[in-house]
Amino acid sequence: MIKKLNFLGMPTRDKLNLFVSVGTLLFVLGIIDVILNSFFEMNITSFLPRWINYFTPLVFSFVGLHYIRIEFSGIRILDRLNKNINLNWFNAILTSLIIFVLIKNIPPLLNWLFFDADFIGTSKEECSREGACWIFVNVWFKRLIYGLYPNSEIWRINLSFLMLIGLVISAFFVTPKIKKYIIIFLLFIFPFIAMNLISGGNFGLEWVETPAWGGLSLTFIISIFALLFCFPVGMFLALGRRSSAPIVRYSSIGFIEFWRGVPLITVLFMASVMMPMFLPDGVYMDKLVRVIIAITLFEAAYMAEVIRGGLQALPRGQYDAGKSLGMGYWRMHLLVILPQALKLVIPGVANTFLALVKDTPLILVVGLLELVGMIDMAKTNPEWLGFATEGYVFAGVVFWIICYSMSRYSQYLERKYKTDR
Amino acid sequence: MSDQIIEMLDVNKWFDDFQVLKNINLKVSQKQKIVVCGPSGSGKSTLIRCINRLEEHQKGKIIVDGIELSENTKNIEKIRAEVGMVFQQFNLFPHLSILDNCTLAPIWVKKTPKTQAEEMAIKQLEKVQISDQAKKFPGQLSGGQQQRAAIARALCMQPKIMLFDEPTSALDPEMIKEVLDAMVNLAKGGMTMIVVTHEMGFAKEVADEVIFMDEGMIVEKAETKEFFANPKSDRTKLFLSQIL
Repeated sequence: MIKKLNFLGMPTRDKLNLFVSVGTLLFVLGIIDVILNSFFEMNITSFLPRWINYFTPLVFSFVGLHYIRIEFSGIRILDRLNKNINLNWFNAILTSLIIFVLIKNIPPLLNWLFFDADFIGTSKEECSREGACWIFVNVWFKRLIYGLYPNSEIWRINLSFLMLIGLVISAFFVTPKIKKYIIIFLLFIFPFIAMNLISGGNFGLEWVETPAWGGLSLTFIISIFALLFCFPVGMFLALGRRSSAPIVRYSSIGFIEFWRGVPLITVLFMASVMMPMFLPDGVYMDKLVRVIIAITLFEAAYMAEVIRGGLQALPRGQYDAGKSLGMGYWRMHLLVILPQALKLVIPGVANTFLALVKDTPLILVVGLLELVGMIDMAKTNPEWLGFATEGYVFAGVVFWIICYSMSRYSQYLERKYKTDR
Repeated sequence: MSDQIIEMLDVNKWFDDFQVLKNINLKVSQKQKIVVCGPSGSGKSTLIRCINRLEEHQKGKIIVDGIELSENTKNIEKIRAEVGMVFQQFNLFPHLSILDNCTLAPIWVKKTPKTQAEEMAIKQLEKVQISDQAKKFPGQLSGGQQQRAAIARALCMQPKIMLFDEPTSALDPEMIKEVLDAMVNLAKGGMTMIVVTHEMGFAKEVADEVIFMDEGMIVEKAETKEFFANPKSDRTKLFLSQIL
């Protein structure tokens, strides 16, 4: 088939200009055909039978790319193009198809997202245009971020998160010694300050019950606490699973396999319904706390296996060297083994962290409404029926931003701690 | 002799069913240099790994510097701090600079102040002639440099005994000499040394005694000159004829 296409002769360097211009022309013709087809309802090849003209853009661009495919043309751009997206006929078809799909889909998507969308307004009726109704997100924005937290007290959440962000940013700009103190403060003191600030009940702050917490701020609260706790717990479990003491080893294995084996939803149900029954009389544990504990233990089991992978990757010589210098179990692990093992498992740890953040919407099943839960609630509000799509797109974008930043940070850490090769 | 620093009495060790050490009796006095040689799988590495209990022996007694090796972890750590070890694969800590490799154990195990530990490290690195590499990471050094750094790291703990487990076997031929030189200097400084090696030149130059091991037993133990001049057992003769 390809031989028959060469009625101009094989594409060669001698007739470079001819082939490049004919090829480009055909390729552009194919693209124009697609554009006319999809946006102007015109078909320049309508004189052909229907089953052929359906494929004409592909044929045009395929032949065009075939003519352009000249080895060592001497034109750098053309050579790179050929090498990357036009290496052979299969490659050319894939390239054309991808370009067509993008042409067909991106403009409508942009229209829906931005050009035909309504942004400003206060009610559903103002959403008159065809695109997305971002007024829905706009009106519900406060609820999506703060849940049912009383409006007058929202500054408390803002203050907590501003403090957190301020401290984290300042940690990047100070000397290592002060940085150490900031990190200790962040890990061990700040969580209590923030929790007290948000829940209130003392220092003249109004008590806000946890069922009123919600939205994106709840997503963050749960994620941050679960991340903080699941890492050390996972580390101990990983060490425990490799311990030579049978009791420690078998209880670690049992714990890990139990939590890995049950679905998160059942764990959350158990935490919210069953756990209060096991607590002694008079001891009350907030539902949010129980949920955080449940998520922590659940993710810690995964974390343990990730970290164990890193421990196993280290050569035995590192243990020998540590021991031969007189280090005991804990010194050897803290100074020699874990720093190396954790460096190895940064991608896996990041993976588990991302999964944890994306698991938080499941707390919906026990009646806590974080971002996705709030959207669920908003979309069933009688005045705002039918805007689920906008809500979920918004949630998707927010989660993507969170997760992508975490992923970038983990890549930064990988580069930073890369000392050997 | 009262100045015996290592004493092994009837030491036996098994890996599952396989007996790696059979009735090992060995006495090492202070400042003595002993070279252990033998075919691979003869148990020589296991022998010296037993001395700082990287391997456990199942029968017999090992007494190092007056302390008997047993389950007691405190004692084991005490002995390990006094017995330096150099490995075939260097086993430097890749996440730390050479200087930090050398100061890590003194600071955290012996509680030496940081500045003092660093002075000590620089001194030891100078002795093996790589003080200019102190800020680099192990991955940036050649094999010979890494092994010398490993020797310096062990010396920073100021050990009474140094164990060498085939220190030159993983090196390019060009680099063997620089490591052996460092070891010869160390020997001249009066360190008690047990060296597992196939470098017979080193043995002739430095060793007081040579031990030949085969199949988990000490086949022959003799003064260096005697060992090379007229070995007694046929097995030793065969080994020497192949290696020299």
